[in-house]
Amino acid sequence: MTTEAANAKLIAGATGDWEVVVGLEIHAQVASRSKLFSGASTVFGGEPNTHVSLVDAAMPGMLPVLNRECVAQAIRTGLALKAKINHRSTFDRKNYFYPDLPQGYQISQYKSPIVGEGEIQVDLSPTYSIKVGIERLHLEQDAGKSLHDQSPTMSFVDLNRSGVALMEIVSKPDMRSADEAKAYVGKLRTILRYVGSCDGDMEKGSLRADINVSVRRPGEPLGTRCEIKNVNSIRFIGQAIEAEARRQIAILEDGGAIDQETRLFDAARGETRSMRSKEEAHDYRYFPDPDLLPLKLDPEWVDALAAYLPELPDAKKARFLADYGLTAYDASVLVADKETADFFEAAINHGDRKRDPKAVANWIMGDLSAHAKIRGAPVADAGVSATQLATLVDLIGEGAISGKIAKDVLSLLLGDEKDADPRAVVEQRGLRQVTDADAIDAAVDAVIAANSEKAEQAKIKPGMVGWFVGQVMKATGGKANPQAVSAALKRKLGV
Amino acid sequence: MSVDLDAVRRIAHLARIGVSEAEAPHLQAEINAILKFVDALEAVDVDGVEPMTSVIPMCLPMREDLVTDGEIPAKVLANAPLSEDGFFLVPKVIE
Amino acid sequence: MTDLTSLTLAEARDRLKSRAVTSVELTRAHLGAIERAKSLNAYVAVTPEKALQMARASDDRLMRGEAGRLEGLPIGVKDLYATEGVHTQACSHILDGFKPTYESTVTANLWRDGAVMLGKLNMDEFAMGSSNETSYYGPVASPWLPSNWSHEKARAALAGDKRGLLSPGGSSGGSSAAVAARLCLAATASDTGGSIRQPAAFTGTVGVKPTYGRCSRWGMVAFASSLDQAGPLARTVRDAAIVLGSMAGPDPKDSTCWPEPVPDYEAAVGRSVRRLRIGVPKEYRLDGMNPEIEALWSRGAEWLRDAGADIVDVSLPNTKHALPAYYIVAPAEASSNLARYDGVRYGLREPSADITDLYEKTRASGFGAEVRRRLMIGTYVLSAGYYDAYYLRAQKIRTLIKRDFERVFADGVDAILTPATPSAAFGIGEKGSDDPVEMYLNDIFTVTVNMAGLPGLVAPAGLSNEGLPLGLQLIGRPFDEETLFSLGEAIEQAAGPMTLPDPWWA
Repeated sequence: MTTEAANAKLIAGATGDWEVVVGLEIHAQVASRSKLFSGASTVFGGEPNTHVSLVDAAMPGMLPVLNRECVAQAIRTGLALKAKINHRSTFDRKNYFYPDLPQGYQISQYKSPIVGEGEIQVDLSPTYSIKVGIERLHLEQDAGKSLHDQSPTMSFVDLNRSGVALMEIVSKPDMRSADEAKAYVGKLRTILRYVGSCDGDMEKGSLRADINVSVRRPGEPLGTRCEIKNVNSIRFIGQAIEAEARRQIAILEDGGAIDQETRLFDAARGETRSMRSKEEAHDYRYFPDPDLLPLKLDPEWVDALAAYLPELPDAKKARFLADYGLTAYDASVLVADKETADFFEAAINHGDRKRDPKAVANWIMGDLSAHAKIRGAPVADAGVSATQLATLVDLIGEGAISGKIAKDVLSLLLGDEKDADPRAVVEQRGLRQVTDADAIDAAVDAVIAANSEKAEQAKIKPGMVGWFVGQVMKATGGKANPQAVSAALKRKLGV
Repeated sequence: MSVDLDAVRRIAHLARIGVSEAEAPHLQAEINAILKFVDALEAVDVDGVEPMTSVIPMCLPMREDLVTDGEIPAKVLANAPLSEDGFFLVPKVIE
Repeated sequence: MTDLTSLTLAEARDRLKSRAVTSVELTRAHLGAIERAKSLNAYVAVTPEKALQMARASDDRLMRGEAGRLEGLPIGVKDLYATEGVHTQACSHILDGFKPTYESTVTANLWRDGAVMLGKLNMDEFAMGSSNETSYYGPVASPWLPSNWSHEKARAALAGDKRGLLSPGGSSGGSSAAVAARLCLAATASDTGGSIRQPAAFTGTVGVKPTYGRCSRWGMVAFASSLDQAGPLARTVRDAAIVLGSMAGPDPKDSTCWPEPVPDYEAAVGRSVRRLRIGVPKEYRLDGMNPEIEALWSRGAEWLRDAGADIVDVSLPNTKHALPAYYIVAPAEASSNLARYDGVRYGLREPSADITDLYEKTRASGFGAEVRRRLMIGTYVLSAGYYDAYYLRAQKIRTLIKRDFERVFADGVDAILTPATPSAAFGIGEKGSDDPVEMYLNDIFTVTVNMAGLPGLVAPAGLSNEGLPLGLQLIGRPFDEETLFSLGEAIEQAAGPMTLPDPWWA
């Protein structure tokens, strides 16, 4: 179900158009203090093999015990994906050998996952929206890490990550371009962060994608797909899809056939390559883990979790549109990050004054975002509080300062005047806008007097008023109200 | 049901147990003897029967999300055949 | 000091309480007996220093009047249980040198209650076997001898490959031999398809496999997770009840461990069995059944009738499917549970060129032939294309087996009486070399109980014509071990005291 975009998504090949079909399997690390089946810490990093219990190290006789919070996070996420919560699910063992998989099996969910079908609405632009179906979500253990580059002959194994809870979120193959896939991941990430079930930090590996890509002539059945494993940035997801689509199209246009296989994305080369070790199809010999009983969810618990879900991005966006009259674009940008959205509302609603939502939005999306980016901090943590921003907007609205001076005040709040009350800053530094007509007249007269030749020319060339405005602003240290200055100049110059 | 030598090799590889060509036929015979024994079950009518999921009437217990374990690297590595700088060492894995 | 090792655990407990004997004396006596019985090969690791240290601490507590339930009593521990800092290898080469940094819950419970650890007992490798012949450390000789064997002949065989000497059963062969030879007051053992009960029957001792989940499996080397259960081997029903009372109990570290508290099992010993309904299942009467076993079974029913119980015929129609189904489910779970033995984090590691080589070489040389067979079967029955036909089907049959028992219990039956084994103990080297299935048939009466998760008790009920011990099995309702202890004691009383063999091995 897609709303057709203005741009065609089809890829033009040598012999005609091709459609790319994309499905994504996202592995999201569950936000929890301890692991899925052990009490060891999930904290990122640390000395090797420190956040490891005997259970994680698969010592003889060790047994798994399920972490309630991980289950809650999966349920919350499922609810946020408008998905079916399966009140009965089972844990299965996925059996294979790899040094970072100490048990020789991963505890996962195969036949009966905790969450069933759902969907996500993805808005690529105010006029371009798609619905991406969710196939399922299940809980599983993460594996440890093997380092292959520490020595020429040995691999180094660190089990810190072994046993950390993951949610595997499988989409339906509903995406038709790299952009749609990127937007889907961005939206999913936003939802996870809203729910608080995953921090979405792709650099730390909290979110990883396996991408299924196939191509076909429009209208034909699905082509053979290849899986690109473990892509860990949204940018690379887009590049990988495009590289793989190109590769498959080239093969097909040459008359060849696509081998179903697993591939890796080589970011340096901008291409995908086959994974040698996965030549044989894996036989994982799934069977229900006999150390764990089936998971039966208490419907009251699920209802309670639903009741405590925060307002989700789509609902928040709709509310912003209705209550604040923002444009769809502005609303989208603001709700993309929950902290930003909350910051926005706190700024609007500060005190008992209502201020112009558009003005607040502009400050957040403009100057504040720019400052935040330089600092490498999120907007809500850039160094200016919602209260300070609200006050700044009020000062402009009152006519106490001009927009230009406000930018200066913002810089001060982020620097020398950290935590200060913007009103105090304006007063103490004498930044108050000069609106007094006499003062303005005086300043204007002074500048005209000092530049009589130009004043004469201005009568013939009205454009020169701008220069005079600039001079008056300079003379008043920027504090004069520019509109008033302009009006006075025009009057006095006779323009 | 019985297995041929190819199947024996395949199963041995899945189980990561090295089986020499000399050993394979004998192992094949042993496995087939056992499979013959269990094939008696084919005749049983299991229509509509649910597979056993839990032999006792228990609910799956869950634990609170607290860090109660780990931070024991010495114990984790105590029996390691080969380790260095806190890592387990294995012969190179080719990706 | 051999007198001390002839005491029952209950008698020793009384003497320790009354300070007629100290734990150190008791422990020394057992250590001496163990030393003299080395050639039986019941123990794979003896811990004399630790034992005496624990004994001294027990004597201290006894003196202060702070005695625990098992204070000062020397116990042997099957090599399957993780014992901190002490040899724990499930008698496999692949766990060479492994010394756990942790203690299993079951043994921790024993030490919590003051017991003294004598050492680790021999067993079939990874608990896979019915004769203790698959152990990496070699077979265990039962203290019982074939009827026509002289002591000289026996000692000569003991010094050689033990062929012809009797098997003490398996997989808990070391445990049963040690208990019968008085090398410990009791032993911990484990039972997946009969590994406590069959060795008890073969050695004239008492073995209990409690209800699945009664004891924690944390720290027990896993064989088949849905079937494994810890239990005691002892010389009397009372002794077994006392030890189980300490072994059992809730454990939050095991998700399949029953969370309810443990009843007083000892109090059930000697309780009247009047009015109890005992079921005798017709499907356990096999074609060509050993007539001695059949006669013993009838005699057992008579004894219970004489003690006031009602005997009724019952039917468990799916009995004959239990053994083949077990030989699908157990190997399947084992194939996954034993995947962790890969040479990476502990145990044996063979020199190898790359990781696949490491796995294949280590597991080929680390696992014995029986383990390898079962892992291959297990891998096969879980593999793509065979899962439905084998594993899934076997699990459905398991449901049918359990339902049979539920129906019988719902009809008012309190316990079921069956033979324990199809024969008395057989000789070492006698079975299984040509056909692995021959050995599996030993478990024919016992596997049903594991498949249904029920408690089972075996008590010695008499001697065969060859003078070898024979046992009878009682199967109970879930978590009703108490009824089994009452009935077991009734059988024990009726059968009369079992005279265990005098030491011919020293």
